[in-house]
Amino acid sequence: MKRLPILCLLLWLCALFYVGIYLFVSGFLLVRLEVNRTSACDDVLQPGGQQRDFCGAKPRFKRTLLLIVDALKIDFARYDPANKTPRPYENKLPVLEETTSLRPTHSRLYPFRADPPTTTMQRIKGFTTGSLPTFIDVGNNFASSAILEDNIIHQFGQIGKRLVFMGDDTWESLFPKKFQRSLPFPSFNVKDLHTVDNGILQHLYSTMVGDDWDVLVAHFLGVDHCGHRFGPDHPAMGQKLTQMDGVIRAVMERLQNDTLLVVMGDHGMTDTGDHGGDSQKETDAALFLYSPTPLFPGPPSQSEPEVVPQTDLVPTLALLLGAPIPYSNVGQVLLPLFPEAQVQGAVAGLSQLEALWVNVKQVNRFLETYSSMARDIPPESLAALQAHFSRLSSAYLASSPASSPASRQELVESMQAYLTAVRETCRATWARFNPHKMAAGLVILALACLLCFMVSQASGALGAGGRGLLTVPVATAAAVAAAAAAGQAFTRGSVELTWCVAPAVLVSELVMLRGVRRWVGAKVEAKHWSGSAHLLLPPLLVAGLRCASLLSDSYVIAEGRVVTFLLLSLGLYVPVRLHWDGHLLPPPHDPQKPPAGLLPPPPPPAMVRRESYVLLGCLGLLVGGAYLSLSFHACREEQGACTPSPFLSPLARMQDSRLKNLHYGLSLGALALWTHLLRRWLRHYGNLNASGGAVLAARWALPLAAVGLGLNWAVSGTPEGSFRNLAELIGAAQVALPRALYALLGLAAALLWADPLTVFLKTRGPAPGRGSRALATAAPPPLPRYRASTGISPHAELQHLIPQIYQRMRRSLEDSEQQLAAGREVDTRPAVEAYGLGTVYSAPLLLLCGLLGLGLLLLHPEGMAVSFLLLLLEMAALLHIHASAISLAGLQGVHSGDFSVPWTPLVLWALASSQFFHATGHLPTFSSIQWGAAFVGFPGGHSGTLLPATLVALNTFSSHILFAVACPLLLFWPLVCEVRGGAGGGGAAGQEEGEDAVMEMRLRENPQQFSSALLQLATRYLTVLGVQVLASVCAAAVLRRHLMVWKVFTPKLMFETCGFLVSSVFLLVGVGLVLRTDLAVGRWFRRLLHADASR
Amino acid sequence: MSSGNAWFRNYCLRKSLNENSQCTSAYRKSGSFSNLTFVAFCYAYFIIMWDHEIKAMASSHAIIASSVFMATVLPAVFIQGFSVYGTHLLWLYSVTGAVSVVNIAVFWLLGISQPTKKNTLGYKLSRLVRSCMYLLLSCLFYHTVVVLYGAPLIESALETFSLAVLLTSLTTLRCLCVLGPNVQAWIRVFSRHGAMSVWDTSLQITVACSLIGAWLGAFPIPLDWDRPWQVWPVSCSLGSVVGYLTGLVVAPAWIHFHRKQLTYKSK
Repeated sequence: MKRLPILCLLLWLCALFYVGIYLFVSGFLLVRLEVNRTSACDDVLQPGGQQRDFCGAKPRFKRTLLLIVDALKIDFARYDPANKTPRPYENKLPVLEETTSLRPTHSRLYPFRADPPTTTMQRIKGFTTGSLPTFIDVGNNFASSAILEDNIIHQFGQIGKRLVFMGDDTWESLFPKKFQRSLPFPSFNVKDLHTVDNGILQHLYSTMVGDDWDVLVAHFLGVDHCGHRFGPDHPAMGQKLTQMDGVIRAVMERLQNDTLLVVMGDHGMTDTGDHGGDSQKETDAALFLYSPTPLFPGPPSQSEPEVVPQTDLVPTLALLLGAPIPYSNVGQVLLPLFPEAQVQGAVAGLSQLEALWVNVKQVNRFLETYSSMARDIPPESLAALQAHFSRLSSAYLASSPASSPASRQELVESMQAYLTAVRETCRATWARFNPHKMAAGLVILALACLLCFMVSQASGALGAGGRGLLTVPVATAAAVAAAAAAGQAFTRGSVELTWCVAPAVLVSELVMLRGVRRWVGAKVEAKHWSGSAHLLLPPLLVAGLRCASLLSDSYVIAEGRVVTFLLLSLGLYVPVRLHWDGHLLPPPHDPQKPPAGLLPPPPPPAMVRRESYVLLGCLGLLVGGAYLSLSFHACREEQGACTPSPFLSPLARMQDSRLKNLHYGLSLGALALWTHLLRRWLRHYGNLNASGGAVLAARWALPLAAVGLGLNWAVSGTPEGSFRNLAELIGAAQVALPRALYALLGLAAALLWADPLTVFLKTRGPAPGRGSRALATAAPPPLPRYRASTGISPHAELQHLIPQIYQRMRRSLEDSEQQLAAGREVDTRPAVEAYGLGTVYSAPLLLLCGLLGLGLLLLHPEGMAVSFLLLLLEMAALLHIHASAISLAGLQGVHSGDFSVPWTPLVLWALASSQFFHATGHLPTFSSIQWGAAFVGFPGGHSGTLLPATLVALNTFSSHILFAVACPLLLFWPLVCEVRGGAGGGGAAGQEEGEDAVMEMRLRENPQQFSSALLQLATRYLTVLGVQVLASVCAAAVLRRHLMVWKVFTPKLMFETCGFLVSSVFLLVGVGLVLRTDLAVGRWFRRLLHADASR
Repeated sequence: MSSGNAWFRNYCLRKSLNENSQCTSAYRKSGSFSNLTFVAFCYAYFIIMWDHEIKAMASSHAIIASSVFMATVLPAVFIQGFSVYGTHLLWLYSVTGAVSVVNIAVFWLLGISQPTKKNTLGYKLSRLVRSCMYLLLSCLFYHTVVVLYGAPLIESALETFSLAVLLTSLTTLRCLCVLGPNVQAWIRVFSRHGAMSVWDTSLQITVACSLIGAWLGAFPIPLDWDRPWQVWPVSCSLGSVVGYLTGLVVAPAWIHFHRKQLTYKSK
């Protein structure tokens, strides 16, 4: 058995996937660190240097009215009198054109360019913080969506403005408790065009007339929803825009002199009414500024900007209303709104130069803070910006009000250039998808999937002698990486690691693919290929459907049910297919057929029937488990009529004490059953007799951990305030118990790893025969018969010895049974017993699963114990279905006899792992992450981030972990179950005796086939998982303009990729444990031989 | 028609060029044909007979299919406000009834089902009772399966059961008509070598098509398109009926194009 090559190959394949995922994600998800500092009145940088109370000065405007019309595209706002046949969305807002032409000093209309992603929440963040929000703004508010970064709403509140809000309820979640008065309306239903708008209109005018506000934000959603529902080119859009026209007119009539009106769209829309991407149709919204007092020095001039970036609103509004510019702003003030020179005194507020200077200093301060926190801004551009700033600074301080207008103008332009440069640098860093990285990641992922598939198909050939398969690609990868690095250093002077890794991995994948194909060509005939392609079809179809379902937001939202549906379909397909092939029922008795000597004798009908019943019973268990698991689901916010499972709430939160006791009892029962079933299985196969580390873990750690877990639930479930005198004890127990459990389980796992053998060898000496099958014994032999073969080479003897031990053991078992049943004489044949040798590989794996399951259950709410029990039962059902299908095929003489695991059980396995991801109360959304897991055993919180992150990850991906670790069981289970056929077959048992019942020792007899089957299993599972990740990645890449991309697809992508990482790591753990066991078994046999030879 | 069936059986046997067959022995004895001509003759005869069977099947299928259309169109004429989506259950029952009646009538007239050995009234009665029981059980079975697949358990139980009744009329009733109330035979038919006549093969195809249609019908339900046909169980029942119609069309065509590969063992 080749251990190291298998592990290396799997590691290399996983690494390929990781590189692909990393490349795509780094091109798709833009990360920015949040700077959690706020500007204050006294740190606003004064022009000239003399101290003046910035906030105390009289601002230019006392009040402002922010009228946000969602998705108000610039095309909607323009008016073209020459257009005689306007489309539904054209010429519907004449008020803007009328005002700008009649009162040019009072108003302006600008195109207002948003930054991608053009989704409403990101945009609100953008035009309130003045920054460029990315998908992940890493801050300390991962759990809630509130904006903690400094923003203009916060600044207005700080200087005492009274804020009133009405409209889209996104604001309420982004700025909780920031508004004095808030009238949020639900924004979720895209079909609803009027609720939000009519709600606003009911209150807007009455509020405006009143005097209890300084800043009023009204966010209309009708236009956006109309776009999503009908598209812009629809009469409904015309009606909606006409309504908005009326609103703007009415608002303008009621405006007072000290008020600034801002009408703006947060983003545009495409011709189909969608937004989210970066095309000009989506980014270009409208910005309309108006005030009853003159706002601008004159009519529009040449020097005015053609397009206003969205970030520029923040500093402009802040300075116009006398607030400090928010700390993280990267926008620049809108110059036309400020007077060129300080002529009118205090009324006009800051002059252009002063406003720019305040802005420049604030931006520079932010840049310094940010670059000290994060390294993602390139150092060379940072240095250039710093140099520019110091030049500006000295030039500004040298200038005086008396200096010539030309030099002032030059300074203004220089400052503007600086601000634009900062903005562009930040945008290049944060706000752009990197299509090259995305494409490279996609290609690498797709090739990795293909490679995994090819390796799994060719694993037989590879197992036979795939030497050198890995060395060439690795060497090529290193060479290409070095060449790419050198090339980059030569041409650009700097080396970017990503672009070294990407070509290296790509080339090595291609090289490896060629290598695998050569192996396939050499060893596998074309016939085999076509045959396997045919067998592949229905599981492939189901896997394809699963992947296709990741491309639609509705299916992702309903994923839990979709996966269960597919699981049931594929599960039902197994017996249907077997029946179609005629394997499910015993072949009809054919009296005409002569008893042919050529054909193998037909299998006994009783055996076939029994296997069929096992298969159908397990299918029933699978179906029942899957159906019951539906009641453990949590609810997404998109699912309207859905109540989350009552099992999801922790016991401590339950009020009704009877219900609480019921839940606790149910959980305890499930926990006890979990432990009991595992121990029973181990005992049944004789794995509990030895005295090694693994058996110690099974005997003591497993039940002890279960008891501890039950106690822990009882402690954490006690209601606050009861048992006053025990409060301290309870508090201590809440810390100590989980930690003790972590330690116990960790110790057990370590023991298991150190000594995974669960074999008990009974060499000599009579022992009292007990009733238990596994403890059956036989009379003392003078010499075991296998001594006869000692003369041959040790290797051959090993080959010979294993079946011998098995035969003996079986015979002794049967003897004792017969003896018990009929009271016959004790057979005095020599016997060696090795209890638990038949399940030597699967026992530690199963034990590890059990221990891991208890540990993961500790991180879940108590009610999930039932779901975990269902998981175990369903796992067993899947394994039995697989084993029965194999043995039914084998009974009819169709099974090829190698150990390879077909695709169907593997696809089922992968589906079940996603199914239980949902059935343990998880969802692919950030809001549904069970943060409570981080505080199990650490009620006081953590100092670092690694430990809580690990705990939360373990909690979230517990189903992935369990199924990945248990995956090699699919290989062993048909062998484990094979003994039943021999033992229970009545008359047929005699024929098979001794030959077939070697269970997992078959694998040791064929180390070649063992290694290739293990490799095939792992690569096939990796393929199934990898294709799912690929589909999710494709969904994110293709649908990056979709309305739901940030709400559904991106979280799904992140959960899918994280799930893949966790699954692959634990798959490696499982395979590693198998290999470790194999090593230990090899040593054990060698020791046995030595002991025997020396005797 | 039943004599046609018997002929067909003979020719099924003859396909393997059975020595005892009438055709062979007759033409062997006369000796006026060479071996090759004989085979050609048999083959031509065979094709004619096949065509006969397939024609019978095609026409019966056409009758059944037209009954489905009539069940959709006729009520719209007589009942105010009848539509497939709006009054879905009504449509469902009308299709169920039409398919059941026409199926029973067609197969009765054709005499496809196995000839009964006993002809007593009591035996017939027991067969009838057993058939009814099987139909009822099959309704319950489908209901359970549909619920396990994710249909709501308590609310809209009537809709779910109606779907189960429709599925029963499309699949189980046909089994009953072709094979009689004999569950073993039903189970036997759905395996690769289980079909013993073209009617069995067509049964396989239509049943599989109806079930796959119902399965596919569940796919659009989660989508957020808000169409009237996404309401439970409209898409599934539509899917199963469309699948059934497809099966009716596909079965004779498939048998026609695969007639060379089809060999039926007699019991």
